[in-house]
Amino acid sequence: MKSIVKMGVIGLALSVSDLAMAEPIKIGMITTLSGGGAGLGIDTRDGFMLAIKQAGNDEIEVVTEDDGQRPELAVQIADKMIQSDQVDILTGIVWSNLAMAVVPSATAQGKFYVSTNAAPAALAGANCHPLYFNAAYQNDNLHEAAGEYANGTYEKMFIMAPNYPAGQDSLTGFKRYFEGEVTNEVYTQVGQTDYAAEIAQIRDSGADAVFMFLPGGMGIAFMKQYAQSGVDIPVTGPGFSFSQDVLPAIGEAALGVKNSGQWAPDFDNEASKAFTAAFEEEYGRLPSIYAVQAYDAAQLILSAAAKADVKDQEAFAAALMEADIESPRGDFSFNTNRHPIQDIYMMEVVDKDGVLTNATLEKVFDDHGDAYAEQCTQ
Amino acid sequence: MSRETYVNIALALLLLAIPFAALQWGSPFYVTLATRMAILALAAVGLNLALGLGGLVSFGHAAFFGVGGYAAGILASHAFNMQPLNLGIVSFAGTNSMLVIWLVAILVAGLLALLIGLISLRTSGVYFIMITLAFAQMTYYFAISWPAYGGEDGLSILVRNQFPGINTMVPLSFFLLCYGVLIAVLILFAFLRDSRFGAALQASRQNEVRVASVGIAPFRIRLAAFVLSGMITALAGALYADLNRFVSPSMMSWHMSGEFIVLIVLGGVGRLYGPVAGAMLFVMVEFLLGGMTDRWQFFLGLGLLAVVLFARGGIVGALAGKVRHG
Amino acid sequence: MSSALLIEQLLNGLQLGVMLFLMAAGLTLIFGVMGLINLAHGSLYMVGAFACAWVSAQTGSFWIGLAASLAAAAAMGALVEILVIRRLYKRDHLDQVLATFALILIFSEGTRYLFGSVPLYLNVPPELAGFVVLSGGSRYQLYRLAIIGVGIAVAIGLWLLISKTRLGMRIRAGESDREMIGALGVDIRTLYTIVFALGAALAGFAGAMVGALQSVQVGMGEPVLILAFVVIVIGGIGSIKGALVGAILVGLIDTMGRFLVPQIFALFMGTSQAATAGAAVASMLIYIVMAIILAVRPQGLFAGAR
Repeated sequence: MKSIVKMGVIGLALSVSDLAMAEPIKIGMITTLSGGGAGLGIDTRDGFMLAIKQAGNDEIEVVTEDDGQRPELAVQIADKMIQSDQVDILTGIVWSNLAMAVVPSATAQGKFYVSTNAAPAALAGANCHPLYFNAAYQNDNLHEAAGEYANGTYEKMFIMAPNYPAGQDSLTGFKRYFEGEVTNEVYTQVGQTDYAAEIAQIRDSGADAVFMFLPGGMGIAFMKQYAQSGVDIPVTGPGFSFSQDVLPAIGEAALGVKNSGQWAPDFDNEASKAFTAAFEEEYGRLPSIYAVQAYDAAQLILSAAAKADVKDQEAFAAALMEADIESPRGDFSFNTNRHPIQDIYMMEVVDKDGVLTNATLEKVFDDHGDAYAEQCTQ
Repeated sequence: MSRETYVNIALALLLLAIPFAALQWGSPFYVTLATRMAILALAAVGLNLALGLGGLVSFGHAAFFGVGGYAAGILASHAFNMQPLNLGIVSFAGTNSMLVIWLVAILVAGLLALLIGLISLRTSGVYFIMITLAFAQMTYYFAISWPAYGGEDGLSILVRNQFPGINTMVPLSFFLLCYGVLIAVLILFAFLRDSRFGAALQASRQNEVRVASVGIAPFRIRLAAFVLSGMITALAGALYADLNRFVSPSMMSWHMSGEFIVLIVLGGVGRLYGPVAGAMLFVMVEFLLGGMTDRWQFFLGLGLLAVVLFARGGIVGALAGKVRHG
Repeated sequence: MSSALLIEQLLNGLQLGVMLFLMAAGLTLIFGVMGLINLAHGSLYMVGAFACAWVSAQTGSFWIGLAASLAAAAAMGALVEILVIRRLYKRDHLDQVLATFALILIFSEGTRYLFGSVPLYLNVPPELAGFVVLSGGSRYQLYRLAIIGVGIAVAIGLWLLISKTRLGMRIRAGESDREMIGALGVDIRTLYTIVFALGAALAGFAGAMVGALQSVQVGMGEPVLILAFVVIVIGGIGSIKGALVGAILVGLIDTMGRFLVPQIFALFMGTSQAATAGAAVASMLIYIVMAIILAVRPQGLFAGAR
């Protein structure tokens, strides 16, 4: 045992150890590079490739394909990568519905899946899998943090999400921690673009604040219409709706919005500063949270590759589990269901030299896991 | 034998040859691609019955495709969780058997097609196109917002459903199963086309008044064709769910309905093997273009436009010449 | 539930209806005169929104952007008519559906190529950023009120155009007998291009106005297109009056449904359950209403010339 550990340490020190790296690793990245959600996928790819490039490890090959945010296309690509390209690890999917289509069948076919973002509850509990690791969070985490933060600040909340599983999980996650009164619980249509009816209800509700989870274009539309409506009840939400990729489209309407997240560009640790600088130099823009998560996913794979052979799945899984990385997010370890245990913060949208970005407000959770870990027994 | 018959035999053999060649040359993924071709062809054969023979341009067949898919997904998930499917009055056990799933898919889709057909077949032309589209959107929104079976996230089937005597997890076996179903349905299609029912259906497309005047009710003929058509597409949907081991509302999206029409027009409207040729070309082009550029939809659109404007009659039409009217 | 909230929701429904009317009027006009079903109408809506967002960002003026949206959508409409649509008038509906479906793919990817995938920013003009106080003390956004006003003005303008002008006379002649107006010496090709461009301009105008409320992004036209189809099917294809009535009906039913159905469900089930089930039913409501109307009147409320 001791010698294995020693070998791992040497492998790490040399970065490329020809002992542990006897077999090259082939990684298949399926992500969204076209369509409305392409911004998220591009950040995922760029963050991931930055870590690979920094490692300078040519034993690792990454094949990338665009899923167009369509589940059936993602499945087709996954089948191709597994059957023809014979990848060892799959990664990169942004959306929960695509992950639900790909992950169970990929792990059933004996491939690792390391998630860079999507983290549906269905894969975190009873249906967890020894080959499925999530480097991002569990979907509920940010909603839980928003609920916990609201406890000290607001008494009555108006909560709102789209009517689909992630939306229902969101409001459930919020209510899991929020102890005050929920005045209205509203589900909107997926892809809805006009929120006049909901905003009228918010005005009428008498709530102290609004919690809303509306990812992508839905959030942009809501925030603009909300600012225009002149309702002055503050809005909070998970960081998805206020990340670096959507802030320019919302514009000033986002200023001052408090949102929960596990990383912001102003984080004051060495790994974060180095990462942000390297990303800006490489790609000429600020990284989003999706880039960080993908960067960490790549770091995790690299750290495990230095310790174990990917063909020896038990050893490789154990090496991944050690989470032996310096994350820009700070503390990072894996829970029993292979989802992160990490700190969650509240951020505030600020104007920094003409660029809208997030600034850290306060830490809400220290070493936070998720509600499903207990149900995961395999 | 006519020239079209030779073309048909060649197409059937070509599709059958793809997976064997793929395995021979060590690119097993093409087996999955060929399975996709066969299933999409089957869905389009269903639509071809309404569209090609009956002239009913349904822009909502994705609804039946999705219903078939959900029949497979829901029954399989109940079988997996060992929970009976409770419908209030009666409750069923879930099942892993494809034969039962196919039967359920066909029956449920037939019922839905009957309801949609009863309302939308009272109209014709452009009304019919828009109404079928609107009904498909309705089922799409229902699938998205109905939380019990995953809503927008869809539903995973962890292990492919079972067919007696076949290991469906082996890609080649599953392909052969789908191919067999496709050929069987094509034979059924040819039989229907040449039957009295088919003659009446085609006549009602060409001259409704004349059909009515010889004592056949065009509405009932059309309704029967529409229901049958929906059933076949639902069968394809159930197979598609098993191919992907996943169903989601996107199976019901209007893009899917549009794709079915595209397959038929690419291959040749009303031709027996039109959908087969169309599906083979479409899947291949989508795969190759998708591998070359992220903007493949742009070129797909251009190609499609060119086909509609300049190459009427589709592939089978180009290969086999004009249809003989008789 | 206060009466002010109810009035506000009714206004919201009216505003959605008016916006749908702008889309539906173009669709139904094009069908009435040329017998063409145009799926790419939603793409012209998107073109208008992108033109407005881009020009506003360049010039700093929403109003110049709005004018640009009209010009861009009309020009794009005319261009598409001359290059593609013109060849489809004599074809059956199947070819029309397919060709315009192909146009959607081309427009969506083309726009993405030009502007990227990130949504563009467009805000309401400062002149209309205020509020109107409703009876009961609630406030309503001036911009949405302006949309309602513009929509009503467009409806009146269209009616005047069609019933009082020479162009309108030709359009009416085209609706009733296509061969006839050719025989009368009217240049039918130009007339068709003008009608198509007019429909495109209305769609682009709607896209620009709505773009200031929502996000300007690729694919924004598709949900609206399908709602507009429902509108003209309910109203009767080819009828402008039907489009107006259908649009307001759909706007009101959709808005009030989203607002009231969950509350009604909450009377006999738990709040969370009522919220999800109610939202599910509300999203299907307009289709159910459409089915009922069609079961009674298969040609819609105001069957058109055809």
